[in-house]
Amino acid sequence: MTITSNAGSDLSPQTEMVTVVVDGVAIEIPKGTLVIRAAELLGIEIPRFCDHPLLEPVAACRMCLVDIEGVPKPQPACAQVVSDGMQVRTQLTSPIAREAQEGVMEFLLLNHPLDCPVCDKGGECPLQNQAMSAGRPDSRFEEEKRTFPKPINVSAQILLDRERCVSCARCTRFAEQIAGDPMLELLERGSMQQVGTAADQPFDSYFSGNTVQICPVGALTSAAYRFRSRPFDLVSVPTTCEHCASGCSLRTDHRRGTVTRRLAWDEPAVNEEWNCDKGRFAFTYLERGRVATPLIREDGELRVASWPEALDFAARGLAAATSHGVLVGGRSTIEDSYAYARFARVALQTDNIDFRVRDSSDEEAQFLRAAVAGTAVRTTYESLEKAPAVLLIAFEPEDESPIVFLRLRKAARGGTRIYSVGALATRGLAKMMGTLIPARPGAEGSALAGLTEQVRADLSTRGAVIMVGERIAGVEGGATAVLELARTTGAAVTWVPRRAGERGALDAGALAGLLPGGRPLTDAVARGAVAAAWGVDSLPATVGLAGTTMLQAIKAGDIGAIITAGVELADFPDPALGHDAIEAAAFVVALENHHSAITELADVVFPVAVVTEKSGTFMNWEGRPRPFAQTFKDALVMSDAVVLGMLARAMDVPIGASDVSGIRKELGALGAWAGERAEQPNTPPGRVVDGDYLVSSWRALIDNGVMQEGEPYLAATAPAVTAKVSPATANALGKPEQVTVTGPLGSITLPLQIGDVVDGVVCLPLNSPGCAIYRDLGVRAGEAVAMGGAV
Amino acid sequence: MITSGLTPIITEHWDKPDLYTIEGYRRVGGYRALAAALRLDPDAIIGQIKDSGLRGRGGAGFPTGMKWGFVPQNDGKPHYLVVNADESEPGACKDIPIMLANPHALVEGVIIASYAIRASHAFIYIRGEVPHAIRKVANAVEQARAAGFIGENILGSGFALDVVVHSGAGAYICGEETALLDSLEGYRGQPRLKPPFPAVAGLYASPTVINNVETIVNIPYIMDRGVAWFRQFGTEKSPGFKVFSISGHVVRPGIYEAPLGITMNELLDYAGGIRGGGRVKFWLPGGSSVPMLTADHLDTPMTYEDMAAAGTMLGTGTPMLFDETVSVVKAVTRWLEFYKHESCGKCTPCREGTYWITGVLEKFEHGHGSPAEVDTLVNLCSQIAGRSFCALGDAAATPYPAALKYFRQEFEAAMTLSADEQFNPVASYVFAEAATR
Repeated sequence: MTITSNAGSDLSPQTEMVTVVVDGVAIEIPKGTLVIRAAELLGIEIPRFCDHPLLEPVAACRMCLVDIEGVPKPQPACAQVVSDGMQVRTQLTSPIAREAQEGVMEFLLLNHPLDCPVCDKGGECPLQNQAMSAGRPDSRFEEEKRTFPKPINVSAQILLDRERCVSCARCTRFAEQIAGDPMLELLERGSMQQVGTAADQPFDSYFSGNTVQICPVGALTSAAYRFRSRPFDLVSVPTTCEHCASGCSLRTDHRRGTVTRRLAWDEPAVNEEWNCDKGRFAFTYLERGRVATPLIREDGELRVASWPEALDFAARGLAAATSHGVLVGGRSTIEDSYAYARFARVALQTDNIDFRVRDSSDEEAQFLRAAVAGTAVRTTYESLEKAPAVLLIAFEPEDESPIVFLRLRKAARGGTRIYSVGALATRGLAKMMGTLIPARPGAEGSALAGLTEQVRADLSTRGAVIMVGERIAGVEGGATAVLELARTTGAAVTWVPRRAGERGALDAGALAGLLPGGRPLTDAVARGAVAAAWGVDSLPATVGLAGTTMLQAIKAGDIGAIITAGVELADFPDPALGHDAIEAAAFVVALENHHSAITELADVVFPVAVVTEKSGTFMNWEGRPRPFAQTFKDALVMSDAVVLGMLARAMDVPIGASDVSGIRKELGALGAWAGERAEQPNTPPGRVVDGDYLVSSWRALIDNGVMQEGEPYLAATAPAVTAKVSPATANALGKPEQVTVTGPLGSITLPLQIGDVVDGVVCLPLNSPGCAIYRDLGVRAGEAVAMGGAV
Repeated sequence: MITSGLTPIITEHWDKPDLYTIEGYRRVGGYRALAAALRLDPDAIIGQIKDSGLRGRGGAGFPTGMKWGFVPQNDGKPHYLVVNADESEPGACKDIPIMLANPHALVEGVIIASYAIRASHAFIYIRGEVPHAIRKVANAVEQARAAGFIGENILGSGFALDVVVHSGAGAYICGEETALLDSLEGYRGQPRLKPPFPAVAGLYASPTVINNVETIVNIPYIMDRGVAWFRQFGTEKSPGFKVFSISGHVVRPGIYEAPLGITMNELLDYAGGIRGGGRVKFWLPGGSSVPMLTADHLDTPMTYEDMAAAGTMLGTGTPMLFDETVSVVKAVTRWLEFYKHESCGKCTPCREGTYWITGVLEKFEHGHGSPAEVDTLVNLCSQIAGRSFCALGDAAATPYPAALKYFRQEFEAAMTLSADEQFNPVASYVFAEAATR
């Protein structure tokens, strides 16, 4: 566990130090440190249940009682701060402490069922372990145990076995203090005290899985993992989460080639000890619907092919085309993205490459080239925590980067002011105690020009941050306005993409006009240096096509052959355009791990590795490399980079290293661009669309994303899918229970929800069950829909 | 020093049928002290209360003036006075009668105390099971408000105060002052971690003084009649008078106001002695949470210090007396059932310990114990006392060891004989006919 938070990692010269003696060993530590942390620093483990270094002390379980000289009663080490000269004696040297702890342990076991042999926690259970280390050899209790029906659901995912609970209140404190979702509470009293929820309010928190992990007994279990394995049968591998750009450290546990569970792993600089439920539970996609062998299209049908045959087929097809494009979905590792970037420029001689399989714009591409790609780490989780103010634009952290949300909430609890520019004061914003700067969808950029003096003053304070989400691409003039605001206030700008691979793909050069390390393609020096490093005479010198323009060119037949990597057609804001483009392309090579709409259209499909089958690096939003190792060491599936390397050889244009360490070496040698950066965008604010109802929309954390497939318990904890409007808008609609929303492609009917929304705006989830606005309505955020009460 | 005789002061006019009205209270000098106090500097009032030596009447006996003095001044935060009227201690019945008979004395005390600690909001937290007391106090507050004693610019002093009467919801733990604060804030009543202490960060994280009803009711009398007058009653360390509520097998159970330092024997005389000329078997000076005493201690002065020396506490000063018809096993079992039922569940020793001990005691009561368990229970109590989160756990661990000290043979007999076999239960009923004894 993290022992930094209370142990005073912040050792500024002013920190007052005190000397405390624990079990006869003196240690000098910052004043205010808790006794239990001081003991940990000395390697003395005091048993505990309720104590958690990231939660406020509660001193409820009484397991950590120690003997302090001059104090008549034993004191809880988890709540007692050290003072100079304090003499602490733990169970190791004090019979009083030892006896007190044994007494508490005996009490804890009174009503604890002896179902360890069938308990998920058995084998990794703090109660089991500490009963051995700090308990009596046997119990004197002969009365009847208190029983409860077991287990009960506190959410679709989380099950509660109240008999096993030791009332440590870690889960309830986590829910209240860390996640800000206080749906879990202790109910009743005495030995009937139990964790519970209100009848109509399940513990549908995005972070609920953390409670299972910090539960010191087997009281909280997840539906996904319950009864699936014993911890001692599992092999554990540290890894990095592939779901979003937060970059959490995870531990993947597997058995017999199958992932059984994932846990948040300890990374104080990034996720502390938490992760979100998507990162924890969404992993069945790793095995479902996998492409098993290379496939080639023959007589209109895909058929299984050998690797040499498929590579040859693909090489010939690519060579036959005169123009090419590369679509790298936002899920690639830096190493794979780099291979695509190099393959496009060297093997295909094209700069038509983009990693943005989502709403995108040229202005955004300019912004990313000018202000993000290849920049040094500046804004970090830690600096967020210390920031005086953070302004969010086109970014809903709870949904789009949940660990950023947790850190912003922590920051807000410490006094950071949070502002969010948008059309809705979200539940996340409330949990960050933030202030909404109302803006109609599409007018977020203009809203920055009209900030109040207070907000501008806050953003002008040293350490202030502007966090920009990927949705800025849908706001014409938005990125321009952000850079202008940063210039005039001095606030740092940080871009928080949603997908794990986007920041790395940007730095690897998988975007038209951009070479690795943030080098502008148009800069001859930069281009020359990369060409030299890649051992070629020249690289394409004109900026290629990207985004919608590239799709239109493919559809028009201007681009003949394309390579796609992890592309979900439904993710394009115009899915039909995506589909038509791929269908129109003369030759499509798809590197995919799953069968999807795109493999149905491809001419060649190469199976590639999922994250457990390869090693690599995700770069999180901070720009911090988050390397991970291969979970399944004997996996035979090859990474994208390896397949591209083979394809390049088949085309007779070798592209250098295709193994992770080789690519890392190449990227390291190139380094970041120190020369002049690409030009900043200068797009005037777009006209806000006319219409009674404008759509505000983003992807909910738990939605129809393909990487969440096959996890019904997770899906059931997703927030309700509703059409959210302001009270005035609801009145104008006649306050129907259900509302029908109509766009160019069709209508959907959803429950009407009233919230703190800008008038004339309807907030819809972008891709949730019953509400996929690109597909069902044919609109994107900022566009107009019609609305009416449904019968 | 007056340490004997009845000294009706708080209870002096309880026989007047309209004492509960503002007119009735003013007729006997009510609100005179308030007018005088508001002309004093708040610190002068704190100084007088310190000088009076008044100690908290809720059970702990902490010096009231010192408690007030802990409130930081000029800290820019709101200050609060909270009156603990959650009288729930088994055997204690003094605060509720005070509120029923003379609610205005409480209100007057609240106003003076609030002025002294610079609080502009006071809360009276009354146990929810006594709606008649809540109505009386709420009515008194409204009358005081109408008379200008509560509100803006009280009696032209510039001092403003609002008083809120709040009803508890039936939890003994809410008599623990920090649990009371949580309950008052709308949370589930469970004790808070200290520090910070309420004087620094209490209600709504602001400096708060929490006083018992009887403590507060003393204030107008001290302010009106002076420190010297007050200190003529009681002893050096336990000055003043006390509203003793006497219950159990006495001829005339009820409220007896007497100086601290009076003996139980003298009080017992006033209460008509033990019914039917019987003898005291055991008695508790201040609620079930204090260790029991026997007939040998009836001459111990009822002061904080003398009770401590006798191995018990004055507690709430509400003696319960039991005659020789009573099974101590049964009495202790009832108390432990109470503590088990009222344990808030926050900390392990109290939550689990009361569950376990009660289970064993219930076996004893039915004649099913084993000899080893008699001592195991002592050990279990020692695993609770001093290790629980709050004093409720300590209280739960109190009755059994004290009872065992004096009546070990009775517990040992419980291995074979149920409590009802040892003692005819009907004989112990307070309403039992003399013939059945």
